[in-house]
Amino acid sequence: MLSAQELKVAYGPVVAVKEVSFHVPAGSIVSLIGPNGAGKSSVLNGLSGLAPLSSGTILFKGKDISRMRAHLRVSEGIALVPEGRRVLAGMSVRENLELGGYRRPAKEVNRDISKMEEYFPVLGKRSKAAAGSLSGGEQQMLAIARGLMARPGLLLLDEPSLGLAPLVVRFIFEFIQRLRDDGQTILLVEQNAGEALEISDYAYVMETGRIVLEGRSQDLRSDPAIARAYLGLP
Amino acid sequence: MSVFLQQLINGFFIGSVYGLFAIGYTLVFGVLDILNLAHAAIFTLGGLSALWLTTTAGLPGWIAFPLATLFSGVLGLLLYRVAFAPLRRRADSNLSGLISSIAMAIVFESCALGIFGARTVRFPEGMFQNRVYHFQSITITSLQLEIVAVALGLMIVLSALLKYSRTGKAIRAVAESENTARLLGINVEWIVSQTFFVSSALGGAAGILYGLYFDALAPDMGRSIELKGLAVIILGGMGSIPGAILGGIAFGLSEVLTVELTGMSNLRDAVAFTVLLLILILKPSGLLGRGRARQA
Repeated sequence: MLSAQELKVAYGPVVAVKEVSFHVPAGSIVSLIGPNGAGKSSVLNGLSGLAPLSSGTILFKGKDISRMRAHLRVSEGIALVPEGRRVLAGMSVRENLELGGYRRPAKEVNRDISKMEEYFPVLGKRSKAAAGSLSGGEQQMLAIARGLMARPGLLLLDEPSLGLAPLVVRFIFEFIQRLRDDGQTILLVEQNAGEALEISDYAYVMETGRIVLEGRSQDLRSDPAIARAYLGLP
Repeated sequence: MSVFLQQLINGFFIGSVYGLFAIGYTLVFGVLDILNLAHAAIFTLGGLSALWLTTTAGLPGWIAFPLATLFSGVLGLLLYRVAFAPLRRRADSNLSGLISSIAMAIVFESCALGIFGARTVRFPEGMFQNRVYHFQSITITSLQLEIVAVALGLMIVLSALLKYSRTGKAIRAVAESENTARLLGINVEWIVSQTFFVSSALGGAAGILYGLYFDALAPDMGRSIELKGLAVIILGGMGSIPGAILGGIAFGLSEVLTVELTGMSNLRDAVAFTVLLLILILKPSGLLGRGRARQA
């Protein structure tokens, strides 16, 4: 579904991503793990168009979208759920969902909002509340639901477990798996490598702007080097 | 007592025009965090172009005024393209935009001066059937009522559009965070352009109403309202639409009350700005200010 070739992302003189290549096949969860500052979020920003690429090519469903502006990539079918959730705090929960479907017809949007409220009943209950008044876990659910409102071919998730209680993290990861089982393609960026390897099909390990390792998630899970470096095991 | 009431009514009328001027001002600030200091120049050109359309082009008011309002909106687009858009990528775009908008204000005012001359001009007499109503000792003209109805009507329409329309929601999303808006598929540049169009159209409409209210139009009429408009949006809370409406009316009232209570009309501005200071000391974010922190 997505194929990234030698992506380079730089913020002024600072090069965050140095020629990174990877693939996300349709219907799978691919995870991108690695320590803080490895450039994982920058990869997602490059894919979503928030950060312009210095060089490299992004092929999405066979189409070159490397130079496409961010808002048009949403129409193509790429939706990013950003790090730190970034809900529109002053707007209502429902308005956040509506804006998630900004580029889709109003009729479908209303139907999909009902679907999101089935996935996450709390969003229905607090529909009129300001998004900023939700708890961290609820905001993460809203951010994911808002991303899904675009009916993306590819959903990009940036650190969905960040700052959440373990039970909520469990719930979110189970939900992500359920999405995949329903056919949703997902690229997951996580610092929580254990959980990410648990639910993903394939994984790439990033360090200081490069991919240093890749493989099937179950193989990486049993790799002693990975266990030492990222899973906190001896 | 009845003089007092009459003054309150007058203050409310002129306050509604201040409010209309200020919501355009505050709308751009809310979305871009930029003060558009050419807003007053567009206010002037709105009034003067309406005059040109009614006199030189000979159009009736009901065509001329909406046309002049649209023309003001187009000027706003031009203003955005020239003074703001090229600077948006700069880190100091708030400050540089402020300066370049002053430059555009000077260009606009010079155009007005060149085309219309420096004289004070007025709308042709007999353009309106200006009925005068007396309620006991209070006098209200139909023109005043029309002005306040149009000003309040436009403010209500804008508030409703921002609250309920798809574009209105997109404008609020851009105001909260441009990057988040982009991630949702919102074309931020296009929304910002539309914001400038609406803001300037309202500013131009305020210029027309102001000219009608005082029966005078001049290339420097923007000067008198420029600082007041700024005071109004600070009073109401920067970026708050209801705050600008409320602030405009409060400012209009405090002006006329000053004259009424002290008997000195030259104290008018001094007291109005003193009220502003007092409110800011009591509530630094303004009447309806949110005091929010803006995300990247």
